[in-house]
This record gives sequence, C-alpha cells and structure tokens, in this order.
Amino acid sequence: MNSFFERRYVIAGIFITLILVLLARLFYIQVVDDRYFLYAQNNVMRRIMQYPARGPILDRTGKIMVQNEPIYDIMVIPKQVKPFDTVEFCKLLGIDKEGFDKRFAKAKVYSPRLASVFEKQLSLQAYASFQERLSEFPGFYPQRRSVRIYPDSAAAQFLGYIGEATDAIIKRSNGYYSPGDYVGITGVEKSYETILRGQRGVQNLLYDSHNVAKGSYANGAYDTAAVAGERLVSSLDMRIQRLGETLMQNKVGSIVAIEPSSGEILCFVSSPTYDPNLLVGRERGNNAAKLYKDPYKPFFTRPIQAKYPPGSSFKPLSALIALQEGIITPQTTYLCPGRYLANNGKPKCTHVHGLVNLSSAIAESCNGYFAMVFEKLMNAHGAKNTESSFDSWRNNVNKFGFGVKLDVDIPSESRGNVPTSGFYDRYYQKGGWRSKTILSLAIGQGELEATPLQLANIEATIANHGFYYKPHLIKAIGDKAVIKKEYTLKNYVGINPQYFEPVIDGMQNVVDHGTAVGSKIPGIVMCGKTGTAQNPHGKNHSLFVAYAPRDNPKIAIAVVVENSGDGGTWAAPIASFIVEQYLRGSISKRPSGIYPEYYIEKNLLPDVIVKPADKAKLKADSLKKATADSLKKVKADSIKKSKLISAKNKPAKKVDGQLTAMLPKQTDDE
Amino acid sequence: MNNQQRSFFFNVDWVTVLIYLALCVIGWFNIHAAVYDEDHRSMLDFDTQYGKQFIFIISALVIGTVILLLESRFLSALAPAFYVVTVLLLVVVLVAGHNVGGNQAWIDMGGGFRLQPSEFAKFATCLLLARYLSATNVKVTDPKSFLIAGGIILLPMMLIKLQPDDGSTLVFCSLILVLYREGLSVYFLIVIGLLATLFVSALLVNVWYIIIVLVALAALLLFLFGKNRKFVTGLIIGLVLAIGFVFCVKPLYFHGLKPHQRVRIDEVLGLTKDLRGVGYNQNQSKIAIGSGRVWGKGYLQGTQTKYSFVPEQSTDFIFCTVGEEWGFAGSVVVMGLYLFLLLRIVMIAERQRAPFSRIYGYGVASIIFCHVVINIAMAIGYMPVIGIPLPFISYGGSSLWSFTVLLFILLKLDSNRMGMNYA
Repeated sequence: MNSFFERRYVIAGIFITLILVLLARLFYIQVVDDRYFLYAQNNVMRRIMQYPARGPILDRTGKIMVQNEPIYDIMVIPKQVKPFDTVEFCKLLGIDKEGFDKRFAKAKVYSPRLASVFEKQLSLQAYASFQERLSEFPGFYPQRRSVRIYPDSAAAQFLGYIGEATDAIIKRSNGYYSPGDYVGITGVEKSYETILRGQRGVQNLLYDSHNVAKGSYANGAYDTAAVAGERLVSSLDMRIQRLGETLMQNKVGSIVAIEPSSGEILCFVSSPTYDPNLLVGRERGNNAAKLYKDPYKPFFTRPIQAKYPPGSSFKPLSALIALQEGIITPQTTYLCPGRYLANNGKPKCTHVHGLVNLSSAIAESCNGYFAMVFEKLMNAHGAKNTESSFDSWRNNVNKFGFGVKLDVDIPSESRGNVPTSGFYDRYYQKGGWRSKTILSLAIGQGELEATPLQLANIEATIANHGFYYKPHLIKAIGDKAVIKKEYTLKNYVGINPQYFEPVIDGMQNVVDHGTAVGSKIPGIVMCGKTGTAQNPHGKNHSLFVAYAPRDNPKIAIAVVVENSGDGGTWAAPIASFIVEQYLRGSISKRPSGIYPEYYIEKNLLPDVIVKPADKAKLKADSLKKATADSLKKVKADSIKKSKLISAKNKPAKKVDGQLTAMLPKQTDDE
Repeated sequence: MNNQQRSFFFNVDWVTVLIYLALCVIGWFNIHAAVYDEDHRSMLDFDTQYGKQFIFIISALVIGTVILLLESRFLSALAPAFYVVTVLLLVVVLVAGHNVGGNQAWIDMGGGFRLQPSEFAKFATCLLLARYLSATNVKVTDPKSFLIAGGIILLPMMLIKLQPDDGSTLVFCSLILVLYREGLSVYFLIVIGLLATLFVSALLVNVWYIIIVLVALAALLLFLFGKNRKFVTGLIIGLVLAIGFVFCVKPLYFHGLKPHQRVRIDEVLGLTKDLRGVGYNQNQSKIAIGSGRVWGKGYLQGTQTKYSFVPEQSTDFIFCTVGEEWGFAGSVVVMGLYLFLLLRIVMIAERQRAPFSRIYGYGVASIIFCHVVINIAMAIGYMPVIGIPLPFISYGGSSLWSFTVLLFILLKLDSNRMGMNYA
C-alpha cells in the first residue's frame, strides 16, 4: 500500500540539508563577518558637527570689539519646490532670471532631495524682506550662520581675522579641523584660537535611504553639546584706539600705549589699517585680494613687526645702563663743541651745547655726551676688551625687552635687533673692532632696531623705575577673568630705582622746554624723548616715546610716523593727544596752538615707488644694508680698510631701489 | 452531540497548530517592526500593515477553524471543482487583474482588499494532484499517469507564468518532490540537479572546460562500469545531450530570459557588481541581516529596515527584520520552526492510511519548503531576487490565508486519519 516508503528519508534529508546550508550562510554573515554591521552603521549614521558660537572680544571698558552676527544662507531642496512667482523671488534676492536658472540647475545636479545653498550670506535686511514671504516659496528655507562683526571697524591688526582652515592647519591640528572649518588666521583670533573657538559638539543623526534626517541615534546618548567660545576682555581702550587710528590716517606708522602698572596695552595702532568688516561676508575674497595688493601693506602689524632705529629715544636707556654700571654719575659733565671730538668730530650735534650734565644732555639730546658715555662703557673692561664690555652692555639692553621677544599675545612678533659681538666678529674679524667702530650705537643708530612695542615697553619700565610687566592685549579670559600668569610677573631690568630720577628729570625737560615743547599738555607732567630715524629714501621717520603723568604714571607711549620729519613735529603731538585723551577724557587747548584736526587731515603717505620683491629677499637685503651702513660710519677709523670697501659696495648697490616705502629704514647718524 | 463535538478537534495535531501560531505571531511582530513609525505606535492601528495583518491572522484562524469543521470527504470530492475555479480565476486575472509592479496577479475585491488567485492555485493543485495520484489504477511510473499528473501541475503554472509571477511559477516545480515520493524515478531528480549545475557552470566558466570535464567524467564512468553495453550507450547519449545542453545555455540565457531576470542572475553569480543599481536591494538586505550579529539589535531598533534601506520589507524581504533585530538567534529560531514544521508534516503525511492524505501532505511540505528556501536564499544573496512570500510571516492576506488553508486541510485530513479511506 505505502510503497516507496523509504523515500521519506530522502525528502526529509533534502529539507534538512538545504535549511542547514541556509543557516550556515546566515551564521557566516551574522556572526563571522563583521563588515555588515559597519555597513549598516555607515548607511544610517552621520556625525554632524555642532559649531559653537565663537567667543566675543571686549575692550577694557566692556565695549564690544567683535562679536557674531547672524546671516542667512538661502537653501533649496529641489524636489520640494513647487511653482511660484519667480520674478518676485528674484527681486527679493536681487538676482536675475538667468542666475536663478543657473543656481537651480546646479542644486538639482547636486541632489534633488538634499538641501544645497541657493544664495549665500544674505544680509539681515535682505533676509527680513525675504522671510516675510517665505511661505510662498516651498522648498526654500533660510539657514542661519554666524559671521564676525566689528562694530567700530577698528583695531584690525590686533583682532586679526578668521578664514577657512588651510591644508597645513588641518594637518597640524591632528584631525581637529576639517576643510571648510573656520579658524583664526592672524591676531588675537589666531593666538587665542583654542579659547575663542569653544568646544564643538557632535550629533549622531540617523538618516534614511533618501538621506533625509530621521532623528538622533540612541536618543542622543552619544551626542555632545557645543560649548560656546569664551569671552576675551582686551586691554585696549576703544576711545584712544579710535582716536589713534584717526590721527594716523593717511600716514604710515604705529602707536603703542601701555599701562605701566600692569603691562596692559591700551592702544595698538598700525597704520594704514583696514576695516575688519571687509574680511567678512560675500566680498571677503575680493577685499582680501585688494588689501594684499595694497602697497602700504595694511596686513603688516607695524607695532610688533616694523623695526625702527630708536635714534635719540634710546638715550635714556644708555644713560641708565651707564649709571648702573658706575661709568657716570648724574653729575658727570661734558663740554659739547657741537661734535664729538674724540672720534674725528663724529657724531655731530645739532648745535653747540656747551657744558652739559646728564639731565641736560637728555633734554637737549646731546650726541657728544652719549658718545662719550658709550665709549666709556665699551672700555669698562679695559680698552682691549671691547667684546666683553659690549656683551655686558648688550645683556643690559636685552633686559629692557629690547632685542628679545616680549611675548606679546598675538603672533608674528619681531625681536627687533641688537647686534651681537659675533655679528661684528664676522665683519671685522675677531678682535678687529673697538668702541669707536660701533659708536653709532651710542645714539640709537647703527644696527639697533626696535619695534614700537619695545619702545613703549622701555618707557613703561622707566615709569616703573626699573621693572615692567610683559605687554599684553588680553587682560581677562572667560567669565572667570583668568589672566595668563606670565603677564602678572614683574620683570626687573637690573637698574636701581635711584638712577631713574636724573634721567626722568631730563625727559621731563624734553617736553617742558626741549625738543617736544610744542606738545606740552597743560596740567599734566609728561616725560618723553623725541627721536629721528633718518631715511635715505625720503623724509625721516618721526619718533616719540613718553609716559605720563610723572607721578603715578598711567600711560607709557611710543609713536612712530614714517616719512614725516623730526620727532617733535609729528610723533610728539600725536602722542600728546592720545595721552591727554586717555588721562583726561578730552583734549584741551594747547599753549602751542596745536589741535588734532590738523594732524588728522594731513596726508603724509609716501609716494609709492615699489618694485615687487619677495619678503625673503627684502629681509636679506635690509640685513646687508644695515651692515653696509654700519661700515660706512666707521670707515674713517676702521682697521681693515680694504675689506670694508669691498663689503660695503656690493650690498649697497643691490639695495638701491628695492626697499618699499613702508619698511622702516636704517638711518645714518644724526 | 458531545461525541460529535469531540471528533472535530480531538485528533488535531496541536504541535503543528502551535508552530503555525508561533510563525504567525513572529510575522506580526516583525511586520510591526518593518513598517513602524512614531506616529502609529499601536499594534492594532488598522491603517497600518501590522494592524491589517492582525485582522488577517484572526480571519485565518477563523478559516482554519471552519476547515476543521468541514467534512473531510468534501475535500476530496470537491478537489476538481476547486481546481477548475482557480484555473478560471487565473484566466480572469490575466484579463481583468490588477497590475502591481508589473505583475498582473491581483483581483480587486473592493475595500482595499485584493485577492491573489495564484496563492489559492497552490492548494487547489495539491488537492487535485492528491486525488488523481491516489486513484487505485494510477502509478507515477506509468508514462500516461505521469503526463496527466504533470499536466495538473503545469496548467496553473503556465497561467501564472503569464502574469508573469516567476516566484509562484517556481513553487509549482517543487511538486516534483511529491511525484518522487509516489514513485518517480530518482533519475529525474538527478537529471534536474545535473541540468541546473550545467546551466550555472556554463554561465560562469568557459564552455570548453565544461566539455572537457564532462568527457573526463564519462571516461571515468566507462572505465569503472563499462561492461554493460546498455550502460555504455546510455552514457554516450547522456554525454552528447549534456554537451548539447551546455551549448544551448548561453543562447537560452540571452534570448529566453528577460533582461531584468538576467541582470539579477548575473548579480547573484557575481558576474556583475552593481551595488547601487540591480544589486542594491539584495546588498541592503544582506547588510540588514548581517548587521544583526548574534543577538540582534533589538525589537524596533533595526536601522536598515526602519529607515527603508531594504525594499518590500514587510513582504518579500521580511526576513531582513528578523535577521537584523533578532540576530542569528532569531534566524535559528525561525529556520528551526520551519524545519520542525516540515519534518512534522512529513511525519503526518506518512502516518496517513489514505494515500490521498499522504500525497496532499507531501504537496504541502514541498510548497512550504520551496517558499522558505527561495525566500531566505534570496534575502542572503544565494538566489536572484524573486518575489515570493515567507510562509505565515510575510505581510499579506492572500498569502496567509492560502497557507492556512493549505496547512489546515492537511490537519483536517490528519484528524480523520483513523476514519474512512478516501482512495
């Protein structure tokens, strides 16, 4: 009846075999092979970065210098777009039909389902009118982004700017930044990047097969919130910063003012400057290109990057070192015949000063007196041990922050230049140079170069009678108002306090009766020193350093106005306006009759005769030039004449016509 | 009365019913997971597929109960009638059917419900086949009987092929197992297996290599068993036919199959790799199942299915949800239940005194087996994409009801196994 009975085992066997084969395969892809799990994760999960708001920067009075402003990108999802009034739409966005078609086609090519940017960075006004009618344009929506905004359009070089991270930055950040991220490129934005940028958050979002966000992964258990960047309080005082920028308009130069009792930088003017708002928004690229091509180099941060021979403004420092070393006393006198006789009449003085002591030598800027002092200093360790004396002098100069970096808190600071004995050894061979060889250093010329920041810092040190706080631009970080520890430490310069008074007496006389008498401020005792840096390619650079008031000093200042003449003519008046504005809040009528508007309106920009030369070449050239000048000065009594001449001629020829109008020039002695 | 009442349910094979219920419930939960969205949380929301599936399950249970209440002898007696009606419906669907995704397989019943006659053709064919083969004078080994039995299977098969529904067409092929059980020569199975192997190999490797292998194989057989002249003749004829077939494969493949079928086969055989196009569905399905790992992602946590990376998630690719959310553990449970069910059906079939019941039982087992294997093999990339539901689990009223009817008729016959002989 039931034939082929045994065949049930064959059939059952087929069932079992095939089901086991399938189970084996399932075992392989589910248990053995891990790839599928990762594929599934990649399918659905996207890590979306949450960008925090960048920290704002305030000035010392709490005024906002930079903050974030919302702007709006108009996004489009082509698939969701329904017919609408294209003409009206184009009018609202300020584009034409052709532009509309082009953008829409581009968005469609990118993806019909995903949002792409239709129009970038709409201003608030344009957005407002668009937003009212948003509902008429299905498929379009605004996406909020934020940009930096500078209410005062001031302090551009201090603030710096942010830009998209370059490949180099991305590489250096070990994966923190990715293309398209914004990062501080210069200024405070760069040096305080890690504080300003805040902490990025991560959102793990799930996406469906159409790439439409569907919600968060694991209810956000692995998400992190973005933490906004911290607030920075700058030491700048916006009132004198703006005044300084106005005074310096149409001029090339710098103003640096420091509060001596804290090292806080009150004013940081680099001129010509630019409106930082230019480097934000839709026109950023064009504007930046224009600024880069500007022959006056607005991106050059002159207060810390430009180097000038301090000229006569160096004399108080010389005097202090000599006093400390016991070379001279305040009573040491010198009979000035109008030139320095001990060195073939060089350097010359402006006129016959007669018998001068320390204070009057400073007040009248007697070159002979300081040449005498310098020679004594250089022979302090014996006439044949110039090198040792020089090294000890150099060390003393360095203590003032001159020739070394002051560690100001924005990047690209220059250390200025105080030559080393090795430098002279290379040019005159070891032991081949004496005090007279390098005599131009006595009056702040020769190879000496200081940044305006260093000049101001020396004034702050004098105001403090022997110490300074490292100058800085940020006085408080975040809500807890943290300040970097290095900015709270006193740096002593190794000069006993009692030596300052005679020098300061001289400096007060400079303003009260001397070369800066026109800049005297009624009711405020200001101590200062003018300087003139000679410029072989045009008018001399005008320098003025000062601090005020004499008792309980509140502000130390250095002003450089390039191509403008003597220190007393331009730099000193500008400094006096800043000082008075800061101390008094207004500018009073001056006995000398000077008033700010005159200085504001005057255009002192040098004619531009620029041959494009790259930075490296310029640097090399200026070094050779410096050498050449130094050699020229001492050629009369040089020991190795033949060597000198060949060394001088070669570089000097190359330099001709190469230097730009903006760069500070090495000058000859006065 | 009491005695009568008892006889309806007394002999019902409750183990099978429990497996059936388990699979239905697993199906319902996985459909819920597959189409789940936050707006329709309730399992009984009748706007959704899982809500509807609940109704289908309840009504399937009603249908099952009704079948158990029927007189067994009706089933045998009405088998030809069922068959004729289904064949007619299959013709109607070709003329006036509702076309979904290129398949003209549905008849609109109104109220959003559609009937798929090909589903009912399965048990109707089984019934008629059982009835025909259980007749005393019919033997499968007899060519005439074999041709008639083959005709019973081929008629609905051809009509379904016209829809065209490749999956269901293939399912009818599985009835060869029934014929085998009833005496069909084992060579049929071997030849079918051989032809399938040759077909696939001819697509994958150079035809000449296959011929070399075939000739070598024939030589070996000749050397081993070459004493019998009949064997030698048979071997040579077989070899010639096999070589002929090998040469026909490529033309058959390129002209006999439609392009969409061809690319699917190419994808499975690895002849092409197009994970964004043809291979997308299967690849996503594999990812879904594979990403479940050992214990799965948990109920409603499957990202592949929830975010619609997998197509037809509630019907043909329902196993993705099982694999993704319940992992290998879930796969073992589901596959285990099916295997258990199949072996149970074989056991039930073999304990029948009546050949009609036994033959029908093998039909049921073959059809369920074929569905399971094709569906799972497709989901894990062992077979080309063929639209075919997973029995009791996939969403859909027609499919669930037809499997219920298929299975419960067997249970009814089984509960009556001690009763009259229908032969």
